[in-house]
Amino acid sequence: MAAVSSSKVVTVTVNGVEHEREVEARKLLIHLIRDDLDLTGTHIGCDTGNCGACSVIVDGVLVKSCMMLAVQADGAVIETVEGLADGGELTALQQAFGANHALQCGYCTPGMLMSATALLRTNPSPTEEQIKKALQGNICRCTGYWNIFEAVKAAAGSEA
Amino acid sequence: MLLREVGYAKPSSVADALAVLAGQDGARALAGGQTLINVMKARAASPDVLVDLNAIEALKGIELAADGTLSIGPMTTCAEIIDSAEAKARPILGEVCAQIADVQVRNRGTIGGNICANDPTNHLPPLLTAIGAQMTIAGSAGERVVPAEEFFVGVYLTAVGPAELLTRITIPAGRHDGFASVTLGVDGTCIANAAASAGGSLRIALGCVDSVPVLLTPDGVGSVRAAVRGAGLDPPADVHASAEYRLHLAEVLAVRAAQQALERR
Repeated sequence: MAAVSSSKVVTVTVNGVEHEREVEARKLLIHLIRDDLDLTGTHIGCDTGNCGACSVIVDGVLVKSCMMLAVQADGAVIETVEGLADGGELTALQQAFGANHALQCGYCTPGMLMSATALLRTNPSPTEEQIKKALQGNICRCTGYWNIFEAVKAAAGSEA
Repeated sequence: MLLREVGYAKPSSVADALAVLAGQDGARALAGGQTLINVMKARAASPDVLVDLNAIEALKGIELAADGTLSIGPMTTCAEIIDSAEAKARPILGEVCAQIADVQVRNRGTIGGNICANDPTNHLPPLLTAIGAQMTIAGSAGERVVPAEEFFVGVYLTAVGPAELLTRITIPAGRHDGFASVTLGVDGTCIANAAASAGGSLRIALGCVDSVPVLLTPDGVGSVRAAVRGAGLDPPADVHASAEYRLHLAEVLAVRAAQQALERR
């Protein structure tokens, strides 16, 4: 019978680096990422799974890391916002966010970047409707979204 | 937020999962977590043990039989249903799944989790009721099949008992379907919804108006409004809609869903 335990050693590969940590079963993935691994680029905005500021890519799939337990990510390959830029070089998407004023306070931005990155991987030339649908799970209080859509369009246009 | 301390198991078979559910007090199945994790954050419910179903291959996958019958594993995510070639045999499934929340939630949220949660505002309970789905439930006594109209028992309550698991959702072929809703924002929570399925008979299932989907079988689209009015509904009132408005929406959406279903025949 499968073992029941209140804590577990999990191994995760985050932005290409493997980490092993013992975590309580009740720990959310967002807290493993932020508190145990010191990757504070991923944000907690609402804690209820609505705002998407906690969005990361787990085994190639976009998820809200506050809606997953850390133990569920054992063995997973995780990408966070810190892993987008290559060395010091920002991705076309990140540059487009800057050029198109797609952030003000920046709190939603990591989540927006991960969601848009996930979109452009499977749909390199999205329509505006597709961009809106892809970013449905990410809430922004500052920008009114328009410049975010423009930035994603610009990145789609420029990415090879 | 800090969840209450909890035990965790990740079985790799249905039998193993059933053993843990039966053997551990306060054990609860964890599917995609898109409902349960939130519930646990708010401590509205705090299971003592979580039985993670994500490693059980037997609960996944979509099969399309030669006669058009669809067999869906409950751990199939909404995203997988949307992308599935087999599920396109029944286009309403992907169309409705695409209306649920957002990409992130659809990537983890499962069809089994959605129907076993049986929140009165969920999309899939009325949809599966209208299309006549059959649910296979496994427990210590073996397997049994429960039709959708008997599966949904009360708010957050289904025919799946504490030491049981939903293992298959079977959808018969030969029908065409519709779905209509009024939501809080695009792809938001439903204020009212209705699913319809045509093919010989017309079946309409109303969500949001009672603790479980309400199944109606009017003669045709002309009898839909009368069927809704004659169903003795007493919908809840809340900040989003009065009882009267919800009842009105139920009628309108039932007609829209029925028209969609009949247009697709």
